[in-house]
Amino acid sequence: MTSTLEILNQPQSPRMVVNIGPQHPATHGTFRIECVLEGERIVESRTEIGYLHRCFEKMSETHDYWGVIPYTDRLNYCSSMINGVGYCLTVEKLLGCTIPPRAQAIRVILSELSRIMDHLVCIGTNLVDLGAITNFWYAFRPREVIYDLLEACCGSRLTVSYVRIGGLQDDLPPGWVERCRKVIRKDVARALLDLEKLNTRNPIFKLRGQGVGVMARERAIAWGWTGPCARASGVDYDVRRDHPYHGYEQYEWQIPVEHGGDVFARYLVRMEEMRQSVRIIEQALDQLPDGPVIVDDRRIALPPKQEVYTNIEALMAHFKLIMHGILPPPGEVYGLVEGGNGELGFYIVSDGTRKPYRVKVRPPCFAVFQAFDEMLRGMLLADVVATLGSLNIIAGELDR
Amino acid sequence: MAGNQPIAITPLGQAPPSKGGATGNGMPMQWLTTRVDDFVNWARGNSLWPLTYGTACCGIEVMSVISSHYDLARFGAEVIRFSPRQADLLIVAGTVVDKLGPVLKTVYQQMPDPKWVVAMGACAASGGFYRAYHVMQGIDEIIPVDVYVPGCPPTPEGLIYGILELKKRIERGETRPQIATREWAARNAAREATREATREAVRESVRV
Amino acid sequence: MSDSEVKSGLEAAGEADEAAALPEPVTARLLKAELGTAVIGTSMAFGDLAIQIRREALVSAARQCRDHPELQYDYLMDVGAVDHLGRTPRFEMVYNLYSLRFRHRVRLHVQIPEEDPTVDSLIDLWSAADWFEREAWDLMGIRFRGHPRLVRILTHAEFVGHALRKDYHPAERHRLSRTYDLFTEDQAGAPPDGASSG
Repeated sequence: MTSTLEILNQPQSPRMVVNIGPQHPATHGTFRIECVLEGERIVESRTEIGYLHRCFEKMSETHDYWGVIPYTDRLNYCSSMINGVGYCLTVEKLLGCTIPPRAQAIRVILSELSRIMDHLVCIGTNLVDLGAITNFWYAFRPREVIYDLLEACCGSRLTVSYVRIGGLQDDLPPGWVERCRKVIRKDVARALLDLEKLNTRNPIFKLRGQGVGVMARERAIAWGWTGPCARASGVDYDVRRDHPYHGYEQYEWQIPVEHGGDVFARYLVRMEEMRQSVRIIEQALDQLPDGPVIVDDRRIALPPKQEVYTNIEALMAHFKLIMHGILPPPGEVYGLVEGGNGELGFYIVSDGTRKPYRVKVRPPCFAVFQAFDEMLRGMLLADVVATLGSLNIIAGELDR
Repeated sequence: MAGNQPIAITPLGQAPPSKGGATGNGMPMQWLTTRVDDFVNWARGNSLWPLTYGTACCGIEVMSVISSHYDLARFGAEVIRFSPRQADLLIVAGTVVDKLGPVLKTVYQQMPDPKWVVAMGACAASGGFYRAYHVMQGIDEIIPVDVYVPGCPPTPEGLIYGILELKKRIERGETRPQIATREWAARNAAREATREATREAVRESVRV
Repeated sequence: MSDSEVKSGLEAAGEADEAAALPEPVTARLLKAELGTAVIGTSMAFGDLAIQIRREALVSAARQCRDHPELQYDYLMDVGAVDHLGRTPRFEMVYNLYSLRFRHRVRLHVQIPEEDPTVDSLIDLWSAADWFEREAWDLMGIRFRGHPRLVRILTHAEFVGHALRKDYHPAERHRLSRTYDLFTEDQAGAPPDGASSG
């Protein structure tokens, strides 16, 4: 506090206060950083968030269990499927229900496609902030094709609301599996190759990325970092491998871990994660089992429309479920998935009624971004932009 | 078309029809001024400089619109500016919360006239499905909006349609800033005429 | 909801729990050994271990969890607050710990009374507690002794009330008149009597 006062009181002070955000091209999302600069170096900074606090947790308390699903899409909106999977997985844990294997595999495929989209946004915008605008176009092109796939499944590109408690909204449309294979073999592979060629041995990117925004392993753990940012600092933790869900244990893939902890390491980790996601999707498509996509339990899932129109028991079950809602047992549960940025956890307290009593989201970016003030100290202003882009802070998840 | 009078289509090579009436004063000038207005409106509509105020999910769809697949640049909105001083179209893409309100207001006020606002998405238009303690129920609580684009998020085609609607209205001179400028000019013209008459009366009175 | 209907999840889960056949988790055993009566209860429900401890013993329990060689909970994953309106004590803090080495997880539950919604901050043990505790102050009104800068984080500086409390209406808004400087006005949104800073 005294440093800003000293600047304001002494106009000739060599220090200057600069406010970055919340409306700023380099802040991908609305957050604000106020820095005290000495020349180009940051002496002290304060970060403020909350510019997209949309009251997710309060909205969860006022809606049914399935009414929360659209709100979950808007958490990490770059990879919206994963949030829905995490939430539904937690509710299913509370209900003690196992979803059909086909639903699990489809959830995995769409989660990995979302993860690819998320990492493409991160790399594209990180590099465009460094001046490499070509990456932005190249990274966003395959996203359009993946959007087409998601739109074929559920009608929406970005905020999918495709999951349901107990499975999925609907099965894949015919021909989708082939289209998906084509997309990942052609468009995504091409984009990854292009990005690789443009950046991985690019001397300018290395100069701007290596040694910049370093986070040591112990500090990363102390700050609660998970996900690609932590893995770039040498923390070997991935929810998909260590606490597998939805059949991740049956696929063969690897977790990239780097030890540089800098912007360049995070880029490498994300690139490799995208390649591993492609591997997972290929295997899941090959092993995609047949069967229903939603659980058969009438206390959890609506009966198929055909039965509702022709069968009185199904009509009664439909009516009861809509009128009374899903009624999980009272209790508390924590469910977790590997989001685009790390461990995305949902802590749900149920009181036995149709609305959740409390939903607490453990957002991975929240833990990552709170370390930002510590990282900024002594950094050049230009490096702030590089570091911020590499952390992939999504305001929807940060502020909920 | 915009302007004060309708434009008659004149075949090439012929003089335009007279509009001045009995006095015939200023007829060619009126015709030329109206043409200039049209030209300026056409130019403004076709070279909108957007300030993408992307806050949330709609911001990602704006990025898609700007990218090569949907390409907003083909409608003239090539120059995306992040400084309000250099932009004339404010696309508010995403939820605006109460904490962000003063910032949005400041950004809007910093933009030079004429400026237009597109509220993209359900949240910017009316708060979306967030009837909550921190979410502004539409940005028109604090700034005037010209075009509302519905959707959550709107598809890129939807946003492009909204911007094209705005472009049409700009070219017709029907948007709020343009009407306001004309009314201001008209009020000012009346005030200036009154002042001139007063000055003339004073000069008359002191003429010996 | 009346008192009789709101049951702590731990009690409800404990009744359905048939953990007698399973060995007691290491964390529960060690914490009970170290803290004695400060451990009010443990439960294993839906595959999660939850341990309820007394408010005064939070820091020592957390330190034990972090430093004990058999526990090594190096991650403070989440800090959440729950409002059990109608129950005494009203609030509950939930600390989610994770061990990278042993890959085990535990939830520490601490009950907090309404008249004195204060608890010790864990920021000296894990830096991760920083913003999570600020959020608990902002949305639930729980104060953390020893937190260096306990101010609102998600809602704005002129917000009145604590939004996630059950007696706060979901759509009750407070307008913000201006932006606040983060250095000269860095206590905007702090607890009114500043009792938390230590």
